[in-house]
Amino acid sequence: MNWLLVLVGGAVGAPLRYLTDRAVQARHDTVFPWGTFAVNVVGSLILGVLAGAALSGVAGPALQLLLGTGFCGALTTYSTFSYETLRLAETGAVFFAVANVVASVVAGLGAVFVGLTIAQAAFG
Amino acid sequence: MTEPVDPDVDLSDARQRRELRRSHYRVLAAVAAGGMIGTAARYGAALLWPTAAGAFPWTTLGVNAVGCLVIGVFLVVVSETWTAPAWVRPFFATGVLGGFTTFSTYCVDIQRLVSAGHPGPALAYLAGTVAAALVAVTAGTWITRRVLAAGMARRAARRAR
Repeated sequence: MNWLLVLVGGAVGAPLRYLTDRAVQARHDTVFPWGTFAVNVVGSLILGVLAGAALSGVAGPALQLLLGTGFCGALTTYSTFSYETLRLAETGAVFFAVANVVASVVAGLGAVFVGLTIAQAAFG
Repeated sequence: MTEPVDPDVDLSDARQRRELRRSHYRVLAAVAAGGMIGTAARYGAALLWPTAAGAFPWTTLGVNAVGCLVIGVFLVVVSETWTAPAWVRPFFATGVLGGFTTFSTYCVDIQRLVSAGHPGPALAYLAGTVAAALVAVTAGTWITRRVLAAGMARRAARRAR
């Protein structure tokens, strides 16, 4: 059952990253990898809310496996993030490479704290 | 060199732009199938090497570093040597490796270490993961390019003889 929850979450999260990345690139033609940035920040926000909900006892282990390990884990990515950073540096966009790392980590952490605060306000 | 900038999907590449128009459900199914495999592998690693509350999240760090090494190797091989079927990149790079590695757990791991009163390990984990990921992806890419270039030079030398 646990494995099934993780698999279902992963089966939804990964294609959603692909579709989000496409949608973002279709609207913003820049070298900065906004698509990956967007999924990583949104996934961190959702996981922050989930962590807060778990602390309040609202989200049980099943929901954490489905949404946390499965969905958020597959929606967000470290491999694409680091590969994009390397390619930015290699193609001469060193500023964007550094900005990508700093902005992703800062925004991801910020999103977790916002998510926790939302969960605290909603679930007490 | 025609390696993509964004391995998930790169709309500056005409072939990838057409991907959904030609076979919408096939590409999404490939990404979903890969996502399930990668996610299951990460979950399996977490069960094999569980991280206790407040402990340094070595498993997530290792998973992310391995995924970065493999994506570097894979994308060089797939873009420089081998005319792979259209579903291979979405399946493996976007699906398997994207599902295997995780940014959201990384961020929550840092927050958990900070709130458990371990700011030092939190900072070490924050910087250590970034460093390990970038070293891994760079090593994977560079070593694979070098191996492939050596192979091509050998073949060219044989033809010239």
